Amino acid sequence: MAGDECREALEALYVYLDGELTEERRIIIKGHLDDCPPCGDAFDFTVELRQVVAQRCREEVPEALRLRIAQALGQDVL
Amino acid sequence: MADPATFAEQAMPLMSSLYTAALRMTRNPADAEDLVQETYLKAYRAFASFEAGTNLKAWLYRILTNTYINAYRAKKRRPEQADVDDVEDLYLYRHLGGLEGATAGRSAEDELLDHLTEGEVKEAIEELPEQFRMAVLLADVEGFSYKEIAEILDIPIGTVMSRLHRGRRALEKRLYEFGRARGLVGERGVATRG
Repeated sequence: MAGDECREALEALYVYLDGELTEERRIIIKGHLDDCPPCGDAFDFTVELRQVVAQRCREEVPEALRLRIAQALGQDVL
Repeated sequence: MADPATFAEQAMPLMSSLYTAALRMTRNPADAEDLVQETYLKAYRAFASFEAGTNLKAWLYRILTNTYINAYRAKKRRPEQADVDDVEDLYLYRHLGGLEGATAGRSAEDELLDHLTEGEVKEAIEELPEQFRMAVLLADVEGFSYKEIAEILDIPIGTVMSRLHRGRRALEKRLYEFGRARGLVGERGVATRG
């Protein structure tokens, strides 16, 4: 772990993953992540972490609520 | 435009996503159910003002968050200030030893990600200060863009970015603490950063 390129890539990692960098910056960061295994590993971990968070906080809608809303809307939605 | 069948057809499939957000925000199933129901009724009544072809999910989230802020926020039970300014980027990865060289960290990372439970992930999110929690839910769980989040929360994009940034670091810190408490991760990497 050394160097300005690594620091720059790691600082941009969240925003890169969000797909919110400018095209120019995105290409620079992607180039570095492809070429630098430690930074690439940090990227892979961050991707996986985000998937874990998104998947493990999902809720099922209680059936009673679904019914209540459908009835309130006057719809037979199920 | 307020065609009941159209509204139901398009909005009902989004309910589990809205309920997930409602529960993470209210931290209470009864309040979450009321919040979702109120959101759907408001949306239904306002459906005529929804512009066809625009993002219905974002529109529903905007109604949900406004309703939450107006009706439920008063019930908040915990202090909202989290001290996350001293938390680094990539907190979790660094503390698992991931940037310390070699491949030493890899198994600790897998171990933690494999074993974090749903309960722990939910609790870690719910412990985030409200403003950060909302931003993290919208971005990381629902996949909204910065621009969409800015519109949903009615805040500037720069504020979205800063809330997300701080919220993610705080979330990672909490997940790390769960890992430590359950012995999923050891001391590795911790002492080497000052």
